[in-house]
This record gives sequence, structure tokens and C-alpha cells, in this order.
Amino acid sequence: MNHVTHMPDRRPAQVRKGAAATAAPRPADARARRRPTSPQWAAWAFLAPVTLYLALFYAYPLYRNLDLSLRNYTVRSFVQGDAPFTGLANYTKIFDDPTFAPALLHTVVFTTVCLVFQYAIGLALAVFFHQHFRLSATLRALFLVPWLLPLIVSGSTWSWMLNSDSGIVNAALHTVGIGPVNWLTSPDWSLTSVIIANIWIGVPFNLVVLHSGLQSIPENLYEAAALDGANAWQRFWRITFPLLRPVSAITLLLGLVYTLKVFDIIWIMTKGGPADSSTTFATWSYQLGFGNLLPAFGPGAAVGNLLVVAALVFGLIYLKVQRKQALS
Amino acid sequence: MRRTAMRRTRSRRLLATALTTVVAVVGTACSSGSGSTGAAQDADGGTYTIWDPYPQFDKGSAWAKLLDDCGTKAGVKVKRTAFDTSDLSNKALLAAQQDNSADVLIVDNPVVSTLAEAGVLTTTDENELDTSKTDPNLLAAGQSGGKTYGTPIGANTLALYYNKEVLKKAGVDVASVKDWTSLTAALAKVKKAGKKGITFSAIGTEEGSFQFLPWFWGSGAQLTDLDSDQAVSALSLWKGWLEKGYAPNSVINNTQTTSWQEFASGDYAFAENGTWQLAGAEKAGFDYGVLPIPGVNGGNAAAPTGGEFVTLPVQGDTGRYATARKLATCLTSTQNLFDTDTTLSYVAPTAEVQDKQVAANAQLKPWVDAVKAAKGRTSDDLGTKYPKISEQLWKAVQSALSGAGSPKDALAKAQSAAR
Repeated sequence: MNHVTHMPDRRPAQVRKGAAATAAPRPADARARRRPTSPQWAAWAFLAPVTLYLALFYAYPLYRNLDLSLRNYTVRSFVQGDAPFTGLANYTKIFDDPTFAPALLHTVVFTTVCLVFQYAIGLALAVFFHQHFRLSATLRALFLVPWLLPLIVSGSTWSWMLNSDSGIVNAALHTVGIGPVNWLTSPDWSLTSVIIANIWIGVPFNLVVLHSGLQSIPENLYEAAALDGANAWQRFWRITFPLLRPVSAITLLLGLVYTLKVFDIIWIMTKGGPADSSTTFATWSYQLGFGNLLPAFGPGAAVGNLLVVAALVFGLIYLKVQRKQALS
Repeated sequence: MRRTAMRRTRSRRLLATALTTVVAVVGTACSSGSGSTGAAQDADGGTYTIWDPYPQFDKGSAWAKLLDDCGTKAGVKVKRTAFDTSDLSNKALLAAQQDNSADVLIVDNPVVSTLAEAGVLTTTDENELDTSKTDPNLLAAGQSGGKTYGTPIGANTLALYYNKEVLKKAGVDVASVKDWTSLTAALAKVKKAGKKGITFSAIGTEEGSFQFLPWFWGSGAQLTDLDSDQAVSALSLWKGWLEKGYAPNSVINNTQTTSWQEFASGDYAFAENGTWQLAGAEKAGFDYGVLPIPGVNGGNAAAPTGGEFVTLPVQGDTGRYATARKLATCLTSTQNLFDTDTTLSYVAPTAEVQDKQVAANAQLKPWVDAVKAAKGRTSDDLGTKYPKISEQLWKAVQSALSGAGSPKDALAKAQSAAR
């Protein structure tokens, strides 16, 4: 406890030293001479775990992925570690691949449609639950279930429900007189099916974040608006929506990154098929690297890098927009 | 004075903690490569690692006990790790890259040639495993470029299970099912009787190719020529079944397990499935029979061999081979093969054990015959070409069955992509 109160008088010395880190310690300062580098060392020691962690678990894997994508790896050269450097050959290979265009289209459609619906439904539910009625908290908690379930469970459940012959969805359609739909096994429907499942999974996240955003909007604004005669619709568009903008932006950005990399649900439900009709970059990358007895690590890593770049670009756009907002 | 001292010890302690963390992290990062050699210096012979693709067997299972026993006989401790089949080949490649391979690796047979190509496995010339008693058609899956890279621990293959009751109600005599035409006629009768015809797995993975191959080979097609007329006829057969409703649309996403579940519901007349489902068939609660998959004009089609190989990966420390060989020999000894293959519901790879199996359980007879007629997927010296061909094959099957393209177009596309 003593050392805590003692802290402030030491700090200036530390800061001074930090600023003149490369300069030799001043001989006049007796205190600093007694333990010349200890605080400095301690600072580095505290920094080291984080730096090391970042280097080991972020920088190195990224570097490895880049390296993988720039070399011609066969199983043999993967083990021996002598794969020849081939520059952008893996990238030209995937650009020329007949799967590229459909995979790009599916990734864009999948991401956009999922984001729009997840956000719209999430916002609608958040506004709905914001009016504190009975059981509102319980119901809200129930809506979190999709988020809490392991993806393997929800993925398998969806693929059972959407089974062409014994699925409950087709059985329900049958009772209202609609013929069976081959949800997972028709090239026209497979992408729609995985989108539906993914929207269901993504709604709770949007609901939670937007709901907490709503709570930070001051109540008196609504009262003032109501006094001025604004109806519910106007209150939503003039108050809720604009004031929720920063929260919406971060929700959408995070949602975008999550959706771009969605892999499990698609892999469990359709394996990207039939005939590549639900292949996105994420499943394609996995298919190349691990989906075959003979892995193609190079092209797989190249596709993965495209995804990383895409996420990065949107991250930068977000930062820029945010800075603009902060300035204005 | 006391205060300064206290502060000093405290900051020292923090520094020490921080440094220990760093050392611990760096230490684990560096030592992972040398883990296995370090373990070798243990007392009483050391620890030997065995990797297998049987995660269904836990510590108390007969399989795990067999591994321990073989270890005790060789005077070493055995550390077993079980992987999912689809996971094992990548794990084995990664381990080899780190020079950290298992001492004994039990791996799915079509993967052997890939691992051999990667230089991960020792040949039987080097490791001196005895393969003389093994059936040559089974051993072929582990051979590439004139060298053998292991020995099968057991084999399985595909055949048609049929539900006797459903066939009886539909008025089908199973003896009449001799070729594709008579099989399709039987399916038509079953459908007329209000039951479901046949289920199989046409999923977009290796399983899909595995299940299609008996029909592909049964038509006379070759894996080197995916768009031959015979190949088109095989794919058209499947497509026709789907169109006429003899087979459910769900086969496109069926794994062999889900397909088996459909058959086990009791509604289906036929199911294409493997030896390993025998135990499940006993539990299904209806009378079933097994029929070899017919070729296009009669006779039995060659089905692909399944099952794993016992292999000995290359080690940095060559002194480990002698014990690893002892372990592998123990696992593939006559009595142990019999026990293992009974537990796995596999057919043994040697004639001696096969006879023993049939003597113990006469129902295995059709399976032993099927295994004898079966063909390795990587045989015909296809080796590492097989995975590429197989991927295109399952894609073509998926395209045709889902209606994305005609069988002819789909196979033509596959052939040009596999080249």
C-alpha cells in the first residue's frame, strides 16, 4: 500500500529516463546510479510477453501464410522445406481457376445478404426489447441461444431440418401444399440455405450490441420529441438511427469480418457444393489446403491471403470513417 | 529504509515473473522439435508413439490394450494418439516437417502413396517388415514406384446390403439381381410397392468417390479416362435412379454414416455400404442380406479397398527403427490381426487369418470374397495422381446428380481438369 502512494514521485524520473533512453545515465543523479537500468529493464520485461505473443501468434503465422502462397509447395517440398520461390504463380493460378469467379460472387452475395438481414433483424429486435415489457429480459436471453450453441451443433441441426427427404422444413411445406425443395442438394438453393442458417446465427450478436447501444441514448430526447409531436416512426429515424450510427458502424464491421471468414457452417451443411454452388473463399481455401488427400498448400494460402486483405481494407475504411466522424 | 527494500524486492519479483514467462514461452517454442528424441532417453527403452485413425476406441478398449501389450513385449512404453481419418494425413505431414513423426503410423490406404511421395515413410526394404503373406491386391495400395511402404492391418470394401422384408413385400427375388438392368428393375418394383429403393453416399469428399468407384469400375471405365462412354453410363445409372425416385435426393449430401441411418430406418430395399457396418446391421432389427455390387453386364464389379496400413515413418534417430519394427510386427501378427479385424469389423489381409475369420463367423464369407476381388484406389501405379482424379470424379458426380450438368459434360470437365 505504501508503494502505491509512493508511485507519483517516481514517475517523472522514469519518464525523463525514457525520453533520453539512449543517452548515458547522468553521473550527478545518485539515485539513478545506484540502480541504473532496473526500471528500464523492467519496462522491457513487461513489454516482452506481449511483443513475443504478437510475434509468435500473429506476425509469424501471417508471414508463413504469405511465404506459403509465394512458393510452389508439393507434399515433398513441404516436408523437406525446399519449395522453390515462384512469385505470384499461385495467385495467377487461382485467378485463372474456374472456381474463382463463382467463389468471389458467392462470397460477396453471402456477406452482403447476411450482413443486411442480420443487422436489420438485430436492430428491429433490439428496438423491440428496448421497451421494457414483462419477460423482455427472458425472451432476449432466449434469442442468444444460436450464439451460444457450438457451430457443429447448429450446423448439423440445420442440415437435418433442410434434408430433402426427411427434413422438417420440407415436411412443413408439404402440409401447406408446396412440393419438396432440395435445400442442400440443388445448386439453385444451397447458397440460400447456408445464408439463412448464417443469418440465424448472426442475429443475436447484432441484437446484443445494438441493444446496449440503445441504452446509451438519453431518454429525455425521446420525451422532447414526443412533446414536439414526433410519432414512433419519426423518433426511430430522427433519433435512434442517427445516434446509433457509431455502434452500427462497429457492429457492421465486426459482422463483416465474421461473415467473410464463415467456414464451419457452410462446410457442415454443404461442403461448398453441390458443384461449387455454395463455395466461398473461406471454404475454397480449406478445400485446396485440406479437403483433398493431396493438399495444395500454396493456392490455399493464396486464397486465404485474399480474405485477409479484404478484411484489412474494410478495417481501414472503418478507421477512416471513424476519424472523419470524430473530427466533425 | 525498509520501504525501499520492500519496493525493490517487489519489483525484482515482478521482473522475475515476467522473465520466467518469456523463458517459458520461448522454451516451449524451441523444444517442440526435439520432444521425441528427448523421450527416447527414458529408462526401460523409452516411449514410442503410435498414431492411429480410430478415435472411437478409448483408453479401456481392446485396441488400446493391444498397443500397450505390444509395447511391453518390445520393452518400451507406448504413447497412443488417435486422430480423425481426414485429419491424420495433414498431421502426419506437419509432424514430418518438424522431424517429429510418430514411430508407428497407421493410416488410410490411399494416403500411403502421398506420404511416400513426401518422403515421410520408410520402405519395407529399409524397415524389413514382412509382407510376404499379405494378399497382393491389398498390398498394391501401399506400393508406388516399385516400392512397398507398409502392410495392411485389415481391409474393408463395399457391397450391397438388402432388407429381406422390403424385397419380399415388393415381390423381388434377390437372386434375380445380377446386373444393372435387373437391379434397376428391382428398384422399380420396390418403388411401386411404396418403399424406397436404394441409398448410397455421393457427398463431395473422398467418400463420394469411394462409393461411386464400384459402379465406375463395374462399367469397365478406367480412372485415367474419366469421360469414356463406360464412365458416362455409370454416372447416368446413378442419375437415372435419382430422377425416377429410386434413390433419394439426399444422397448428394449423404456421408456413408447418414446413408446407413437411412437404410437402418427399414424403409430402403438396398444400401451400398461397407464391411464396418456389419455390427450395425445386426442391431438394425430386420433381416438383411449382403450382395456383391454387380457389374454392368453381370459378374461382380471391383470395389475399392478401404482399410489402413501400418507404416513406419522416417526418423532422425535411426536407432528407433528396430523397436518400431517390433511394434508393427506385433500388431500384424496372426492372432493380433484376427483380434483387431474382429473388433474393427474388417477383413484380414492374409489368407490364413481370413480362413480363421470365416470359420468363426460364416457371414463374413461374401465380404472375404469381395475383398479378394477389390482393387486399391492408388493401384495401377496411379499413386499421387489418384487424389486429383478423385476430386474431379466426386465433383462430376455432384454436378450430374444435382442437375448442374449432364453426366457427359460433367465427366468431360472432370477429365480436362484432372489431366
